[in-house]
Amino acid sequence: MSNAQPLLDVSGLTKHFPIKGGFPIKRTVGAVQAVDGLDFQVAEGEALGLVGESGCGKSTTGRLITRLLEPTGGKISYRGQDITHAGRRDLAPIRSEIQMIFQDPYASLNPRQTVGKIISGPMEINDINPAGGREARVRELLEIVGLNPEHYNRFPHEFSGGQRQRIGVARALALEPKLIVADEPVSALDVSIQAQVVNLLQKVQRELGIAFVFIAHDLAIVRHFSQRVAVMYLGKIVEIADREDLYDNPRHPYTRALLSAVPEATVDQEPRERIRLTGDVPSPINPPSGCRFRTRCWKATEKCATEAPPLVQVEGNKPGHLTACHYPETADAVPAPRLSKDPEAAA
Amino acid sequence: MTSTDQQPFLSVKDLQVHFSTEDGIVKAVDGLSFDLIKGQTLGIVGESGSGKSVTNLTILGLHDRAHTAIEGEILLDGKELLTASEKELERLRGNKMSMIFQDALASLSPFHTIGTQIGETYRKHTGASKKEARARAIEMLKRVGIPQPDVRVDDYPHQFSGGMRQRAMIAMALVCDPELLIADEPTTALDVTVQAQILDLLKELQQEFGTAIIFITHDLGVIADIADDVLVMYGGRCVERGTKEEVLSSPQHPYTLGLLGSMPSLDGPVDVPLSPIPGSPPSLLNPPSGCRFHPRCTFADKVAGGLCSTERPLLDVVDGRGSACHLPPKQRGDLFADFAAARH
Repeated sequence: MSNAQPLLDVSGLTKHFPIKGGFPIKRTVGAVQAVDGLDFQVAEGEALGLVGESGCGKSTTGRLITRLLEPTGGKISYRGQDITHAGRRDLAPIRSEIQMIFQDPYASLNPRQTVGKIISGPMEINDINPAGGREARVRELLEIVGLNPEHYNRFPHEFSGGQRQRIGVARALALEPKLIVADEPVSALDVSIQAQVVNLLQKVQRELGIAFVFIAHDLAIVRHFSQRVAVMYLGKIVEIADREDLYDNPRHPYTRALLSAVPEATVDQEPRERIRLTGDVPSPINPPSGCRFRTRCWKATEKCATEAPPLVQVEGNKPGHLTACHYPETADAVPAPRLSKDPEAAA
Repeated sequence: MTSTDQQPFLSVKDLQVHFSTEDGIVKAVDGLSFDLIKGQTLGIVGESGSGKSVTNLTILGLHDRAHTAIEGEILLDGKELLTASEKELERLRGNKMSMIFQDALASLSPFHTIGTQIGETYRKHTGASKKEARARAIEMLKRVGIPQPDVRVDDYPHQFSGGMRQRAMIAMALVCDPELLIADEPTTALDVTVQAQILDLLKELQQEFGTAIIFITHDLGVIADIADDVLVMYGGRCVERGTKEEVLSSPQHPYTLGLLGSMPSLDGPVDVPLSPIPGSPPSLLNPPSGCRFHPRCTFADKVAGGLCSTERPLLDVVDGRGSACHLPPKQRGDLFADFAAARH
């Protein structure tokens, strides 16, 4: 990260969804603590990856940044301007600079509009008239995302899943945004198509200098795409670092376990370490006290139950590598218990 | 195959499955053959529409009979399944062969407890009493690693988490100790840490019971973890097969090579673009002529006489290893090596 003002600055970001219950009068009886105190920055032109398992709050984070959801607490600044609770009117100019790409290429395109209409939609809403007209701009965008400009008048159902996702990308690019939040942009696609879309996004990110918040559960794709990666667990960031630091030197036990659980399509390498977490992710309605990972962590002690570890640069970390753990892993640590019953690893 | 002297437990020969739809005939499976012996896991890889799920529904006899034309042979323990009556199939399903589906929530009844649902299969096939079935259900839940099985047995599916539901599905599938288990993308909807648990569980149970497993997935990483042999499907046909070591470390079909090339890895180079397969999977309503992969194949123009677009390449299998490609093996080896080198 440079010292210049970050494009996006998020601090203490919190979103609690109320749970209503009771009869006859509905009262708020609890809250789903979907996101609980996030701090991170995104620099201009940078790709930040957000990874984590389902329910960790990564999609909620994306929706908070784009202000599709109203934050419960914390602060979101975009280019130094506080947009945490900005109203419709104040948001309007910023909305054109922050765009979103959605997961489901079927649900996120209006089936009754032509591709031309879909992609020019953002320009219409913001009353933007590019030189040469909107249609020419749409054709240019179709070209950029690798679709035939002649398909301007076709409907979404005439395209395959991968092509639809390209239409989604073209729509996001229509307003020349500075930041794109991509929420699982490839996970609904076939493997051979995923790579096409990842390459397209990477091209867009590099050539147009657009910053990305890339939300995904696939660690290999996040590694491929993002310069910096944040790992989330149950509404909190447990570790954030440059790509190389995070993948080569994970300090949080959860990051390490997550990486070891990814199945890799190789057979000739020596088997990697295998850490098997037991159980499931606890409910965000009633998260564990202290460190939220402690119920599945093999290192947890009394301290972990009482004291939430802060996200700091723990000893041995490079600058910018922050870990929220009382007992961070070291490179040569043998992650002792609950291990491999795997016959290959034992042999 | 790892051992050829053993009699195959399941044998599929030249299977053809065609659906008649309003738009025409869909050739979902077009000439598929494979054998599976007990205690082995066969991984079937393919993208959506490659025919991998249809194959397995056909084995179980769960296809829509009114609209399906099937040719070929499916032998389970020497018994022909395609001509078997619905009654016979009912006796076999859940007892000798069973299945785990991708979406555990949709596959469990929301109105019955987990215990009832596991016990139902057991009672049907063994004639056990309700009490015995309940005891068996608790035993199965314990075996698949559900904590407090004697309490959770009375829970409804919505009270279980995603991973636990998948465990309950496995318990249900294994309650009668089937000899063949078909798992159709059982871990696709799960998180990686839970996926790893389920894969370990399946391996453990397989060692214990010697079950033959067909594991369907689109994820080559999962294949590397669980399978012994691999069958790669494309457009309703098998394009390559072999042991997982053979297929993953020295693929012989351009499609397999392309799949491997389009997946980023955790330690590969990051600043080079991925090498995707161009185009998209074919429609089986109107599949490409000749080799079904040829419109997307990087090497199709290397074959003399345009053979790829006119003639179907044959799958020649020697010792369980083979691929269906017109490129001569020698030339293929050189081209593939160049392709791999260009990626690194």
